[in-house]
Amino acid sequence: MNSHMQEKRGRRLGITYSAPMGLWLTFFFLVPLCIIILYSFLKKGLYGGVEWEFTLTAYRQMLNPNFMRVFLRTLWVAALSTVITITLALPCGYAMARSRHQVMWLALVIIPFWTNSLIRIYAWIAILSSEGFVNEALKALGVIGESLPLIYNQGAVITVLIYMYIPFAILPLFTTIDKFDFQLLEAARDLGASKPESIFKVLIPNIRSGIITAVIFTFIPIFGAYTVPLLVGGKDSYMIGNIIVDQVTKTRNWPLASAFSLVITVVSTIGVIWMMTSTASERARLKAPAQVVDANGGIS
Amino acid sequence: MGKRLKGFDVTVKDVSRAYGNFKALDDVSIEIRKGEFFSLLGPSGCGKTTLLRIIAGFDSPDNGVVLLDGKDILPLPPDKRQVNTVFQSYALFPHLSVYENVAFPLRLRKVPAGKLDAKVRDYLHLVQLDNHMDKKPSMLSGGQKQRVAIARALINEPSVLLLDEPLSALDAKLRQNLLVELDHLHDQIGITFIYVTHDQSEALSVSDRIAVMNQGKVLQIGTPYEIYESPATDFVARFIGETNLFPAVVKQCDPYEDYYMTTLDIPALGTEIKVTDYDNLAVGQHVSFTVRPEKLKITGHQPTRVGKDINLFRGIVEEPIYSGFQSKYYVSLENGTVIKVIQQHANYMDEGPDIDWKDQVFVSWSAEDGYIVEVVDS
Repeated sequence: MNSHMQEKRGRRLGITYSAPMGLWLTFFFLVPLCIIILYSFLKKGLYGGVEWEFTLTAYRQMLNPNFMRVFLRTLWVAALSTVITITLALPCGYAMARSRHQVMWLALVIIPFWTNSLIRIYAWIAILSSEGFVNEALKALGVIGESLPLIYNQGAVITVLIYMYIPFAILPLFTTIDKFDFQLLEAARDLGASKPESIFKVLIPNIRSGIITAVIFTFIPIFGAYTVPLLVGGKDSYMIGNIIVDQVTKTRNWPLASAFSLVITVVSTIGVIWMMTSTASERARLKAPAQVVDANGGIS
Repeated sequence: MGKRLKGFDVTVKDVSRAYGNFKALDDVSIEIRKGEFFSLLGPSGCGKTTLLRIIAGFDSPDNGVVLLDGKDILPLPPDKRQVNTVFQSYALFPHLSVYENVAFPLRLRKVPAGKLDAKVRDYLHLVQLDNHMDKKPSMLSGGQKQRVAIARALINEPSVLLLDEPLSALDAKLRQNLLVELDHLHDQIGITFIYVTHDQSEALSVSDRIAVMNQGKVLQIGTPYEIYESPATDFVARFIGETNLFPAVVKQCDPYEDYYMTTLDIPALGTEIKVTDYDNLAVGQHVSFTVRPEKLKITGHQPTRVGKDINLFRGIVEEPIYSGFQSKYYVSLENGTVIKVIQQHANYMDEGPDIDWKDQVFVSWSAEDGYIVEVVDS
């Protein structure tokens, strides 16, 4: 009885605890989002801004095949970069979790964040450009005579995107792998699994939540990226993020920019919901059964 | 399940393994026979788990060989060895059901569905988990998890089953039950069991033979009876069961029937005692003398007739410990040395044990009940 009341009180207090966070989100996320939704249904102002007149023009403009092509390209670039990022981040996270020098590795993963992202992108320009580090080094070694086109194309965009977002994949993967019981791999080997079989049949299914988090943390920012394609991309690298910037600053079509922003938000939201439901179901899968046992009055 | 599998013998020869400066295994040699229930017994850090991991293939020795059925298995990876392991923490796959955990090795070998199903059910029945096969490991109790681990390890039909402290996470009552089940299972299946434990009572109760290990070395290999009654070293005597152990010097050694009646000078007891031994020991030799507490007799009154091969001491009870079926007394002898005595309560006691705290008592044992453990120098 007493504990029941305490629980009730705790629940009521819980609302107060979450109030500051709730206010913050309302003012800095929900309100701007509503403004974006509203703007996307209004008429474009002549010099930017909007006129207060309801219209679906922005959405009609969005169906333009050129825009659709950019949308599909963005989806493709984001998906490909995410897959490569996760493939690279998984062994990194595994090695870090098994290493004795975890703190050092964590520091090395985090240190790049101390430098502004634009500066890091410019560093890549210095590395990849036709007179850049890679080309000069290869020429000096006599491997190539002419500079390779390493920059201002799709490949450069994907390379730099992977570089930018791989820490966001490594960190959640590292934390889940660190909690993984490595003896399960020995058990799998003992029972007849080869090394790859033990990884794919035991490790991967047990770190699913970390993989999903890593996918979300890389896919969503890459889907909305605009600086990387702007600075290291070519004509074929234009992405949704670039459309939004151009519609706001150059074409001054704020409703269209809002509509595209909304696309990014919707795609991101779907991703987050997928992440939340799958981690929730995983938790239910592992935990709920224990409650069933309790309900039956202990275990036989 | 009337299944009988084929057990292999395991030969461990001159195996050493060091981690930096720490010698986990120091030139260990053990021969384990076909179908034997063999225990590796020792305190934590004695190297028993390292040896098990070497046999399983998770660790490799710096030198030495491990033969399974006469064939060197050290070059083989763990998945190619005909041994399976029951892990201390069970190591059940949390993402798979009980059924799928047990089916795991068969699915790897792509066993056809019908055969797989029959076999999995067969082994789940063997460990009495028929009604739990759809549950996830997190839904099971410790004892049930242990059974799943055993079924999963047996389904590959290994020749040797390695058990790494499989019962240490369970409570005492359940441990006893599972130990008996394990023993039955061993008799039923007939493969070789290698059982690692730090619990001497576990090892004594189920093993055919035991290797007692300490600091990376094998101190003694023998049947439970041999290890308990004639320990090879001071350490074995102290580690297996309880004992009274004193350094002694041989005073006299005379032939007596088909053995020798030895007189030992024991400074800790302040006197000489008699003990029978099979060896003719040289006078002046330093040895260790041991007598188990349950072999001592304790009485409140002075025995009237004392045979010449009876050792008798007078003392004060410092600490009586009553535990139902027996009492243990710490008796302080006249020179201050404390000796442990265990008295079995075979008969009904109306008013409790007749020996109490601070009582004067007489402790005695026959020369035949003592044992000379170790010749300290030669």
